[in-house]
Amino acid sequence: MQIYLPIAEVSVNAYLLLGLGGLVGILSGMFGVGGGFLMTPLLFFIGIPPAVAVATQATQIVASSFSGVLAHFKRKTVDLQMGFVLLIGGMVGSAIGVQIFKALKEIGQVELLVTLCYVVFLGIIGGLMFLESLRAITRSRKPNARSAPRYQHNWVHGLPFKIKFRASGLYISAIPPLLIGAAVGILAAIMGVGGGFIMVPAMIYLLGMPTKVVIGTSLFQIIFVTGFTTLLHATTNFTVDLMLAVLLMIGGVIGAQIGTRIGYRMKAEQLRILLAAMVVVVSGKLGVDLLQEPLELYSLSSGGP
Amino acid sequence: MIRLFLTFIVTLAPIFATADEQVVAGLSQNRVAITSNFDGTGILIFGAVKRVSPPPDDWPLQVIITVSGPRTPVVVRRKEKWLGIWVNTDSVNVDLAPSFYAVATTAPLNQVLSEVENLRHKISVDHLIRSVGVVESVPDAGKFSEAIVRIRQQNGLYTESAGIVDLTDETLFRTQISLPANLVEGNYLTRIFLTRDRRIVDAFTTNIFVRKVGLERWIFNLAHQQPLIYGILSLAIAILAGWAASAIFRLLRLN
Repeated sequence: MQIYLPIAEVSVNAYLLLGLGGLVGILSGMFGVGGGFLMTPLLFFIGIPPAVAVATQATQIVASSFSGVLAHFKRKTVDLQMGFVLLIGGMVGSAIGVQIFKALKEIGQVELLVTLCYVVFLGIIGGLMFLESLRAITRSRKPNARSAPRYQHNWVHGLPFKIKFRASGLYISAIPPLLIGAAVGILAAIMGVGGGFIMVPAMIYLLGMPTKVVIGTSLFQIIFVTGFTTLLHATTNFTVDLMLAVLLMIGGVIGAQIGTRIGYRMKAEQLRILLAAMVVVVSGKLGVDLLQEPLELYSLSSGGP
Repeated sequence: MIRLFLTFIVTLAPIFATADEQVVAGLSQNRVAITSNFDGTGILIFGAVKRVSPPPDDWPLQVIITVSGPRTPVVVRRKEKWLGIWVNTDSVNVDLAPSFYAVATTAPLNQVLSEVENLRHKISVDHLIRSVGVVESVPDAGKFSEAIVRIRQQNGLYTESAGIVDLTDETLFRTQISLPANLVEGNYLTRIFLTRDRRIVDAFTTNIFVRKVGLERWIFNLAHQQPLIYGILSLAIAILAGWAASAIFRLLRLN
């Protein structure tokens, strides 16, 4: 069944969109990520204009994160204080990101920036995650090996404006969470992702938060950052396609349930190594595209009013 | 718009005033509604030739039909290798290029139309894009307008089909123009030309009105006229979907 998207002004197969949403939903249920890093390139691939894909994707992440955070609230694994500090940073970052996006859209480099962000960030994070989970798998085969201490005292703890984060059991400066929030906000606006794949490692390794509150807190602040991004894209770029968002949400929501069940049956290291491999493949594919001579050197976009 | 066309036809009329043959035409539909399940549509264009005297038997009558989508400005960008990667470098603003263009003829275009007439009425696909005024930015601006035609031809937006207009007894003609699924809103100018000896003897213009309707119209208007409310609505739907998913999930786990 073909469906005409009113903002993207293209006609696509509705089942294809539901399927894409479902597929990315399964992965996001399995790995606890938003899945934006997969969905946005897939939307480009099926012919959705990049600006619409990025803005609409942010809307879809609001739905999946909200669904996830409700479960975490029940288990009391959300650090609200930390969430709000990250959020203030995230809002600032998001506002900056949308402006960068708008400026680059005008000079025609938005595609390049989005692709570069994907290649660099996904490449680094996927690579690190892959190595880390390989090490974890080899370590689990040697039962007497000691695991490294999670919490370390480093330069982060010497900064001013200290705040007590009760749920995380931390007493640290507000500056690093603000900066991390801002960085993720900028990326969320430019890449159309929630930024969970950067936020989660940053909270564990840089802030030293306990892993059990990390995912809930990350989801909590992602809702607001992507929500804010949606509003900014809707008001400055007019690129949020409601029809597209709803179709992706329906698929995503069902997929996430299936994905969570698959995830329960797998080992944590196996899950992480699979996710890492997928992230590396996506970034590798985008990287090769940048290096290869494109078949069509020219591209069209609509001119100003 | 209609008044504009009337004046257009009136100004056009004196050129063909001496013609013995006049074209009378109709469309199967002059309104196309883009609904949610819009998947392209075909428009039947038909008509007849009105004469006061019997047809001259020196040159056969030919029919050319063009349908042209709304003209919008287009930015064409070209990629070049820069520090090992391919990036957009030069760009050209083409002031007006139709979003859709179809030419249907009774025979190959060069057999039914002279180059002079083609240039004057801008009929064939390669005369579509005006590249006047773009020369100052890059030396090879012509390649950029060629790129528009090439890319849109590949996407099926610009087509030239010879021999798809059926002409019966030099009097009745008909053809089917298919409008693709990726249609842009606007007025689609439809022109019908009669030619003999590769010269135009009469012309007729009309419009096909393409509009988004229903939900499509409502979403598009809201997004552009009330962007803040639209943004909040999108968020509300997202939150609702997220909540519903979690509620259904909980129900399923209970059972």
